[in-house]
Amino acid sequence: MKKILALFVLLSFSPLLFAQDPSVEMADLFRSSGKIYVVVAVMALLFIAFIIYLFSIDKRLKKLEK
Amino acid sequence: MYKRWWKILASVLILYTIIGGLLINVPRLAILNESIRNLYFHVPMWFTMVVLYLISVIFSIKYLNSADEKFDLIAVESVNTGIICSFIGLATGMMWAKFTWGTFWTSDPKLNGSAIATLMYLAYIVLRNSIEEEQKRAKISAIYNIFAFPAMIVLLFILPRLTDSLHPGNGGNPGFSGYDLDSNMRLVFYPAVIGWILIGVWIMTIRYRIRLVENNTNQIN
Repeated sequence: MKKILALFVLLSFSPLLFAQDPSVEMADLFRSSGKIYVVVAVMALLFIAFIIYLFSIDKRLKKLEK
Repeated sequence: MYKRWWKILASVLILYTIIGGLLINVPRLAILNESIRNLYFHVPMWFTMVVLYLISVIFSIKYLNSADEKFDLIAVESVNTGIICSFIGLATGMMWAKFTWGTFWTSDPKLNGSAIATLMYLAYIVLRNSIEEEQKRAKISAIYNIFAFPAMIVLLFILPRLTDSLHPGNGGNPGFSGYDLDSNMRLVFYPAVIGWILIGVWIMTIRYRIRLVENNTNQIN
């Protein structure tokens, strides 16, 4: 019984560890589902493609300059 | 300009800010909510624009000193790239304003100042295109550029601070003091600024080199 009580007391404090102000809405649920990583992956991929494209333009230009 | 290391550095920095910018904790602020992360993407555009315009004005002065056409080409391509950054900055700012202030545009000194500054640099392009003779064009537009730069600084960074503005960092607005002090956000924000400035300069040098190649082929023909 004491253990369970202690658990509940500790659990009631736990949100404070995660959030400065839980009343402000943030994408907590979204993050907890794990799907945010998909967005990060897509954005990273997009940027990598953009950079590769930029490098390839740079390379072609270098050839042209010669 | 032809070295590779700083281009790779820029890519790595931005890649880090995309991943870190979305996953690293940010302060919880009402109204802003998660949109506070826009700081990593919206603000660096303006930093990049200012740096490119600064490069442009430096090379305009160098042109007036030496009458070397290459300096003029760097000046004009810096403005061309800077204008793209300012348009992206305006568009992303409007997007952000819609969801935090409730409207795409208000007649706020910061917003109007940035719009006028953008128009000023568009006028620079128009001025250039209206003059046929090359040396005259370079000289007149260089002088215009020297006047436009301080005016842009005043419009973007001085006038909004003298009055009230909704935009953070101005007038009676408390600014993003909540995250001004947040070390987590600095960890992403500074690399983002450096990274985007380098990318902006990179694109500018590519445009400049294309101009050089074009000039060479024109002279041969």
